[in-house]
Amino acid sequence: MNTESNLAEAVDARPSAPLTLSATWPFYWSVRRELWENRSIYMAPLIAAGVVLFGFGMTAFRLPKLRLNALALEATRRRAAIEMPYDAAAMMIMFTAFIVGIFYCLDALYGERRDRSVLFWKSLPVSDRTTVLSKVFVPLVILPTLTFAITIVTQLSMLLLSTAVLLPSGLAGTTWNLLPWPRLSMILLYGLVTSALWEAPIFGWLLLVSSWAKRATFLWAVLPWLAISAIEKLAFDTTFLIRMLVGRLTGGFDAGFIVVNYPEGAHVPVVCRLTQFDPLKFLSSPGLWIGLLVAAAFLIGAIRLRRCRGPL
Amino acid sequence: MTCIEAHGLRKAFGTTVALDGLNLKVNEGRILGLIGPNGAGKSTALNAILGLTPFEGELRVLGRNPWIERDQLMRDVCFIADVAVLPRWMRVSQVLEYVTGVHPRFDRSKAESFLARTEIKRASKIRQLSKGMVAQLHLALVMAIDARLLVLDEPTLGLDLLYRKQFYDSLLNDYFDHNRTIIVTTHQVEEIQDVLTDLMFINHGRIVLECSMEQFETRYVEVMVHPDHLTAAEALKPIHARHMFGRSILLFDSPSREELEGLGEIRTPSIADLFVAVMALAPQTGGGKLELGGERRN
Repeated sequence: MNTESNLAEAVDARPSAPLTLSATWPFYWSVRRELWENRSIYMAPLIAAGVVLFGFGMTAFRLPKLRLNALALEATRRRAAIEMPYDAAAMMIMFTAFIVGIFYCLDALYGERRDRSVLFWKSLPVSDRTTVLSKVFVPLVILPTLTFAITIVTQLSMLLLSTAVLLPSGLAGTTWNLLPWPRLSMILLYGLVTSALWEAPIFGWLLLVSSWAKRATFLWAVLPWLAISAIEKLAFDTTFLIRMLVGRLTGGFDAGFIVVNYPEGAHVPVVCRLTQFDPLKFLSSPGLWIGLLVAAAFLIGAIRLRRCRGPL
Repeated sequence: MTCIEAHGLRKAFGTTVALDGLNLKVNEGRILGLIGPNGAGKSTALNAILGLTPFEGELRVLGRNPWIERDQLMRDVCFIADVAVLPRWMRVSQVLEYVTGVHPRFDRSKAESFLARTEIKRASKIRQLSKGMVAQLHLALVMAIDARLLVLDEPTLGLDLLYRKQFYDSLLNDYFDHNRTIIVTTHQVEEIQDVLTDLMFINHGRIVLECSMEQFETRYVEVMVHPDHLTAAEALKPIHARHMFGRSILLFDSPSREELEGLGEIRTPSIADLFVAVMALAPQTGGGKLELGGERRN
């Protein structure tokens, strides 16, 4: 990607060509451009974090009582009870970022054709490949990175707030003792990386639709899959496709972690079960590699379509 | 040096033929006006030259195939597709930063000095600018790029007279030199007549007339014929006749000037008048090409 950065000496200067070439970083500036245009990329997760903090602050007065109740539970459930708000915060920010990624991708190559600005972008020496890759960089790298940073800051703020609230009742130490915060951060980081890789074909598909559809990108992205699933169900009475789709949407955790099976009725939150990273299992799961291949195919399609399609 | 060379350029949309074996050669240092009725294939030809559309046939722009090497070509080629393509959400300062970041031949200080002559504020979003200001901004960007070919497709559409005049004045005074080539398409032919060095008419996907402006001025003569001399004048085979205020205005291709003397008032026709005459002559099926300035043709 950055091989497209063109330093002056790398450019073949023909005799009559002017020699004043300045260094350029098309990929870097294309990504910055995306962030200028789509402020929701960082605003939406920030707002989600704000909502979480606000909610946590509003209910902080109940914290000493809840903590006393939690301390009375057996170890696993006690940890779950204390962790719960922190996990919920992470989940909410991740979910928001996922939704932002979906709508961002649906508009990324469609919006520029709709407002004709594609003619301006194409008048600059930036290849279609650089453009499409800079767009898929947003859901695969920028959004997970932002999610991680924002979640860490949010959870730290929650920690400080709960410490302040619990200090008078002498329970402040229990949070620090019982909440495995560094480990939670590691789970978050690992989970973000694995789910970005796992979900890559979803974003690739959305970019492909965005580069192709003349209108109603969301419907084009969703309806064909539903229609084929319905046909499959009617014709063969199987649900292979819909299970595959659901697996692609939600299966990132299963693929990346060893999921601990607690006995029936243990009511252990999902995050608590994700105690062990399993990168080997993740890297050796065919689903990951098939997904990445499919994502690459979708992206190649999007690059080719971006080259052909003009303004709407 | 040749800037653009096309042989047998073809492009069809379904059954509609937009480019019908177009041949074209544009030398460096020219300002070419590409004139044609709507649907004649102008935009398709320009899109092919700019690498925006695939085509059949042979086309080299500055020695490159535009469809395959668009991003490389765009270092040396600039275009203004129409006035409204700058992204409306962007701030003027962001446009400057972005183009500086991606274009190796963009001179930001030059663009800033062009903008200093306008009322455009750096912090404004493009949606807040008037149409004329957007055109000024786009022109400032383009003029700050040290390109070898500039393509303008209806660049002044919808602008008021002042902006239009200013647009071509800046282009000629601050930008054009003999290492650069400019191609303009417009329906406002009268405002570019004095700007052009070369003229091309396109119809039904083919070039139907091709000449330099010097050739244009020596070859074509318009005579406002006195009614008494009408028969004599018509005997000299005008290529077109029209009537205004009860007088006949006849257009001749390479007449002998002596014969026309005394028939009426002689003048150089406008591009628009020649355009009407040529479009009336060319058969509707296309392919009728006036034999003019033949040394430039293959």
